[in-house]
Amino acid sequence: MGKTISNKSLSVKVEPGNPSKILADSVFKNFFIEVYSMTAFTFRFFKEVWKPPYEINEILKQSFLIGYKSLPLIAITGFIIGLVLTIQSRPTLAKFGAESWLPAMVAVSIIREIGPVITALIFAGKVGSGIGAELASMNVTEQIDAMQVSDTNPFKYLVVTRILSATLMLPILTIFADVVGLFGSYMGVNIKGNVSAHLYFSQVFQSVTFEDILPAIFKTLFFGFAIGLIGCYKGYNSNKGTEGVGKSANSAVVFGSLMVFVIDMIAVQITSLLQN
Amino acid sequence: MISDENESIETLESPENSAVIEIQNLKKDFGNKTVLRDINLILNKGENLVILGQSGTGKSVLIKCIVGLIQIDEGKLIVLGEDLSTLKEKELIQVYRKIGFLFQSGALYDSMTVRENLEFPLKRQLRMKNQEEMDLLVKEALHDVGLDDAIDKSPSELSGGMRKRLGLARTLIVKPEIMLYDEPTTGLDPITSREISNLIMEVQKNHTTSSIIITHDIECARLTANRIIVIKDGVCAVEGIFSELENSTDPWIKSFFE
Repeated sequence: MGKTISNKSLSVKVEPGNPSKILADSVFKNFFIEVYSMTAFTFRFFKEVWKPPYEINEILKQSFLIGYKSLPLIAITGFIIGLVLTIQSRPTLAKFGAESWLPAMVAVSIIREIGPVITALIFAGKVGSGIGAELASMNVTEQIDAMQVSDTNPFKYLVVTRILSATLMLPILTIFADVVGLFGSYMGVNIKGNVSAHLYFSQVFQSVTFEDILPAIFKTLFFGFAIGLIGCYKGYNSNKGTEGVGKSANSAVVFGSLMVFVIDMIAVQITSLLQN
Repeated sequence: MISDENESIETLESPENSAVIEIQNLKKDFGNKTVLRDINLILNKGENLVILGQSGTGKSVLIKCIVGLIQIDEGKLIVLGEDLSTLKEKELIQVYRKIGFLFQSGALYDSMTVRENLEFPLKRQLRMKNQEEMDLLVKEALHDVGLDDAIDKSPSELSGGMRKRLGLARTLIVKPEIMLYDEPTTGLDPITSREISNLIMEVQKNHTTSSIIITHDIECARLTANRIIVIKDGVCAVEGIFSELENSTDPWIKSFFE
């Protein structure tokens, strides 16, 4: 008899035979099942998001938890990144006599790439795992079922609100991280020099254009969406049991972080195409 | 409030003879495994129907089918005179609003306080907005289950028995016509189990609620059941009142009561 590998709505029958072939087959098929389930989950989000009730209170509550509560971590990370980047870049620039370009180089690096990506990775670690674990534990303890019998659409109440909050909060957190990162960089410049804040930020604003800022912030909307979506998908569809909670949190971080890099790569290609 | 056993036993009244739930030829498969093969049962108005059976026989699946948490594969579910398969989504919601479900784990919302847990069904199911009215109902519901002091606590601060009672209060606050209890006494000590059983009987008496109680706890079944059905191999194998089943000569049935 064949063995059934099931994933919620789908099941795959693996016929007996060569064990390595069976394993390869099942991994291959499970990958496509996962892609199918994830796509269906995404379509369901876009279907539900337009339907009332819009759960505004829950969106605001989640935005507070996801956004406001992440501020200290994002601030510390942004500050350290700005400071370290400046300290590390100074010797190389000094070799070429280009030390005066330090504020411009750091600003462009932070605003274009490091700010959005580092913030998104921190966000995936804190928020993505949090959403994954929370929804998975709600699943295990039947809280999602309880919501359904209380005349509440749990997908809308739990999933849509969290994805929207993550999508909206990450750009704001990125702007915050960029600003704090630039302050960190200003501190870094002044460790071995004496540059006024006015001069430093004048150089920063001279070197940064809207073409640097807008695409960088725009792509964080997609980062936030992907992190929220993956966290919710992993939590909402977790296997029953406490082991499922850990796995959901873990895979939410791993796939969320991976998606950040994939989206970043695509966004850079699109931006450079548009700018040429 | 929780009453003592003797008082509660007297509250077991003969149910009216009209069906509030009628299940015909219900079948449910999970993959290749048939969990419910051919379930036929009737729950009469005002009746406490206990469903017994070994673990994995699909007792919880059965009551989850009734509230639409699990879709049935075949058969007919008639609830409060309405054939659920013929209803549109909005009509289904109207029927589901009249059914309360006490989950095995209590299923309390961890991120909310006790008060918010109780307000949730009021806001969502009854669309209630008046805070004073909600406060009154919340206090009354907590008083009914003896948890007056827990109103501002978090569910994590409550014991297993308190969580079950709170789960019951949350379900009863919207005054359902039908109650479905999924193993209400599992994991509780005998004293707390008896308290929960007494509460189930008080619910039947005070709200004239019809209930299906899934349990392994024979003491709970003895206290609460007007009628008992035993599920075996996906069908309703045996039916009768507690004393009939307890005195059965069938070794398999007797094994439940040992």
